[in-house]
Amino acid sequence: MSRRITYREALREALREALASDPRVFLMGEDVGRYGGTYAVSKGLLEEFGPERIRDTPLSELGFTGAGIGAALGGMRPIVEIMTVNFSLLALDQIVNTAALYRHMSGGQFSVPLVVRMATGAGRQVAAQHSHSFEGWYAGIPGIKVLAPATVEDARHMLAPALADPDPVVIFEHAGLYNLEGDLPDVAGVDIRSAKVRREGRDVAIVTYGGSLFKALQAAETLAAEGIAAEVVDLRVLRPLDDATIMASVARCRRVVIVDEGWHGVGLASEIMARIVEQAFYELDAPLVRVCSAEVPIPYAKHMEDAALPQADKIVAAVKGFFP
Amino acid sequence: MIEFKLPSLGADMDEGVLLEWKIKPGDPVKKGQVVAVVDTSKAAVDVESWQEGSVAELLVAPGERIPVGTVLATFLQPGESPGAARPVPAVAEAPKPAAPPSMAGVPAAAAAARRMASPAARKHALEQGIDIDAIIGTGPHGTVTLQDVELAAKAKSVAKPADKSAEMRKAIAAAMARSKREIPHYYVAETIPMAAALAWLAQENAQRPMTERLLPAVLLLKAVAVGLQRYPELNGFFRDGAFQPAEKVHLGVAISLRQGGLIAPALLDAGGKPLTRLMQELMDLVQRCRAGSLRSSEMSEPTITVTNLGDQGTEQVFGVIYPPQVALVGFGRITERPWAENGGLKVIPAVTASLSADHRVSDGHRGALFLVELRDLLQCPEELSR
Repeated sequence: MSRRITYREALREALREALASDPRVFLMGEDVGRYGGTYAVSKGLLEEFGPERIRDTPLSELGFTGAGIGAALGGMRPIVEIMTVNFSLLALDQIVNTAALYRHMSGGQFSVPLVVRMATGAGRQVAAQHSHSFEGWYAGIPGIKVLAPATVEDARHMLAPALADPDPVVIFEHAGLYNLEGDLPDVAGVDIRSAKVRREGRDVAIVTYGGSLFKALQAAETLAAEGIAAEVVDLRVLRPLDDATIMASVARCRRVVIVDEGWHGVGLASEIMARIVEQAFYELDAPLVRVCSAEVPIPYAKHMEDAALPQADKIVAAVKGFFP
Repeated sequence: MIEFKLPSLGADMDEGVLLEWKIKPGDPVKKGQVVAVVDTSKAAVDVESWQEGSVAELLVAPGERIPVGTVLATFLQPGESPGAARPVPAVAEAPKPAAPPSMAGVPAAAAAARRMASPAARKHALEQGIDIDAIIGTGPHGTVTLQDVELAAKAKSVAKPADKSAEMRKAIAAAMARSKREIPHYYVAETIPMAAALAWLAQENAQRPMTERLLPAVLLLKAVAVGLQRYPELNGFFRDGAFQPAEKVHLGVAISLRQGGLIAPALLDAGGKPLTRLMQELMDLVQRCRAGSLRSSEMSEPTITVTNLGDQGTEQVFGVIYPPQVALVGFGRITERPWAENGGLKVIPAVTASLSADHRVSDGHRGALFLVELRDLLQCPEELSR
């Protein structure tokens, strides 16, 4: 049995479940309490769980992320919400130099069981300072795990294993997905280790994650009508990457398009390309291709924003380049 | 610029499947050099070039089925520079849409500098023992893709598929039906005493090592070739409503194949070669024929066919002419027969020679005289040995 649910509701259910089942869990961030969350994910939780556990913070990402680390070291299971990845750069020192390093710096004596949630991505005309996708940067930091739920199932079930993990886990929620409705299957949970093939195909593998997943699936549908069977791989976990699933798809399809909303160069797409070349070079039947965001500040104007981002038609065009 | 076209490798051939290139762009090509292997549905034939130059471009990929006359490749004449204008390729290339932006970085010049092939294609080619330089790429920028290699590998194995005999049956059917439809055959036969010939062969073979021994068949072949010198109307081709006599006698030797069917490649200039040499060439021809490695000149040039039933056969055979040839000589089994001579009866070895000939070109009278000549020639075997 499955039921229809929005991505936002799925995230809220996950939070409510975590808060209800473990007294060490609390949510902290800007506007998470009285305002109900910038994206209304935590709406109603303040009333349900009280101000001790749903804590509004000042606009001080560095400060409240550090507080979350302290709480985690002290035995709590904090969930820190940062409004968007754009502002998380202010907290980068706490995440990179403290949360990610404490196990190492303490010789294994301390772990930081912290969960940081934040929105990422563009497509809603909120201009450059609210529209970038830096999850690829986080995916390069040893010591943390990075998750990118794209489906309602992952939105509903990734939080529990993230909280159970003894090390910091950063979860990226794509801002364009909150209103997306999907079928939530009746499953007990999901893993936070593996990538998942969301659509099977043999002609080309489209490797993607997060908000781009649905553009890739749409492109695959268009391609299917033209006789090209595209496989779509949802990375789900950006760190550590599930190389085995990626390489299996590469070996099956031999042509690969990587779709990443991050900027074109020196990003997650580049890393995946490098791994494919390292691990599956002789399986390749064509040069690797990536469809990423243009290397510009994401524009405000709708037509320019659309032009700067990966889109289904660009993915289709990239795939067709393999079949002259 | 020289255009290298697919030659007709036999009258019944309208098309062939390119199996393999033996050359790649840049290679020098000499006259008579084997440049490609083509499946004619009868055999895999080594195709020779009759022009000299260097390979400019290969236009057809292994595995492609191509009609006779298709330009397979272009050669540069000695001294010609590669910059010269290219002829329109045999298979017209569709104008390519603009490459997607991510491919824009591939320099166009790279195609000329080094064969572009995908890693998977190279790996597969290596495993299959296929020369990647001889494959036409169909991927972006002409890159050789895995599929291109798979097709080439399939073409390579085409030489021995199960329906090979069906293909051959079809080819024989087409040629023989055409022959009986178009050629008004007449037939004459003569029984030829072989005592002198066999005695001479026995004496000759006693002095030869096993490997150089002569078979009666080679003597018969030589006699036909020599005899034809005085009967040019039996040696040549009937084409476009007219007879074209051939200058030399290239004897098509009908060779039956173990898997069924037959093939009649040429012993070139059989009249001008001593017996020993002819014997070697015959053995070589039979061997290569059964191994499926004939040369294009041998396939396309027989001017008359000889069918020799040998030890296993019947006394007589009346063959069907292989168009556009105009005659076929048949030999039955050499066998002992009662023979009346000078009012007495004795037993001698003899063979029945038959002639099937094209009545549009020759008449029964001349055909009969040819068989008589053949009989007389075989009574003086030592003269045939030269």
